[in-house]
Amino acid sequence: MSINATLIGQMITFTLLVWFTMKYIWPPLIEALEERRKKIAEGLAAAEKGQEEMDLAEKRALVVLKQAKEQSSDIVSLAQKRANNVVEQSKENAKKEGDRMIEAAKAQIEQDLQQAKEGLRQEVATLALSAAEQILKKEINKAEHKTLIAKVASQLG
Amino acid sequence: MATEAHAAEGATGYIVHHLTPFSVGEGFWTLHLDTLFFSAVLGTVFIWFFKTVAEKVTANEPGLAQNFVEMIIEFVDQQVKDSFHGESKLIAPLSLTIFCWVFLWNAMDLLPVDLVPGVASMMGVDTMRVVPSTDLNGTFALSISVFFLIIFYNLKIKGVFSFSKEILLHPFNTVFLIPFNILLNIVEYIAKPVSLALRLFGNLYAGELIFILIALMPWYLQPLLSFPWAVFHILIITLQAFIFMVLTIVYLSMAHEDH
Repeated sequence: MSINATLIGQMITFTLLVWFTMKYIWPPLIEALEERRKKIAEGLAAAEKGQEEMDLAEKRALVVLKQAKEQSSDIVSLAQKRANNVVEQSKENAKKEGDRMIEAAKAQIEQDLQQAKEGLRQEVATLALSAAEQILKKEINKAEHKTLIAKVASQLG
Repeated sequence: MATEAHAAEGATGYIVHHLTPFSVGEGFWTLHLDTLFFSAVLGTVFIWFFKTVAEKVTANEPGLAQNFVEMIIEFVDQQVKDSFHGESKLIAPLSLTIFCWVFLWNAMDLLPVDLVPGVASMMGVDTMRVVPSTDLNGTFALSISVFFLIIFYNLKIKGVFSFSKEILLHPFNTVFLIPFNILLNIVEYIAKPVSLALRLFGNLYAGELIFILIALMPWYLQPLLSFPWAVFHILIITLQAFIFMVLTIVYLSMAHEDH
């Protein structure tokens, strides 16, 4: 239980141990820990930055989406307008065409009417002539009046 | 058992035998070879393990051993940062060494009390005390080294003049009470290493004594008693190593504070 030279030996051992720890053990370990701490901090910062960038991109995407929607609705309304125009125009065209066709039909009818009138006139003349012939056959001698009839006939022709 | 061959005085002989160091030399120049041997071996184990890890240390994904070492390092570093506010390259490694070394010393306590002495007696060594912290020389070697550091840092940080002034005029700031102040300060400074060494020694010596007493019981009672005591001692050995380290940090931090 007595204090003796063992004390000195132990102190020397202790000093050596402390010196060794101080020189070769503590610095690399604490350095590695510090480095890891830094790495983690950097990683966290990067993650945060990424998150921020994502938020920003999301916002930007929203804006773009809104613009696109607006644009598309513009396009749709424009197309509708144009379609309306086209419909109007074709209606007008159709009406014009119809009018024109009616005009043509009318002209045709007029022409046909004139032709019919002409035909009728001929026929009436023939009828009148044949009637006159019938009457004349009774009263006039064919041979006597031959020259007269031929005269009239030539006049009719 | 080793006892029966050497000390025939029964229980007392067994106890005394287990607490007698294996020593050479006479008087002051006695060397406790067991204390020197085991503390050196344990110190080497500590140095070897930590050095192996320190060589392969990486800031990336750590291995199992590195994780373990880092846990201890961070724990010690945190203690130093909490209590010590100066700049020093020595204190943290010193604390680490004290914590690990004392822990390993104390952990020898958990070996069966007859194991190492039994093996030693087969090799012709009569007495063997395996726990270096049950040797006052071991604990005092640590605390006196710490005491030297306290004095050294007091002189280095405060300067000879300021340190002397503190000893002469503290706590009572009058010229008339200088002798009283000196006495108080000497007691205060001496109390530090003495309490450090005796606390560790007392706890471990008592713990070892209980283990020896348990070893004297009938064999069927021994596990019943030694198991809970060993479990309790896992706490004690860690706590004592921790206390020694923290007090060292506190004392050195006091030495760094200039009033």
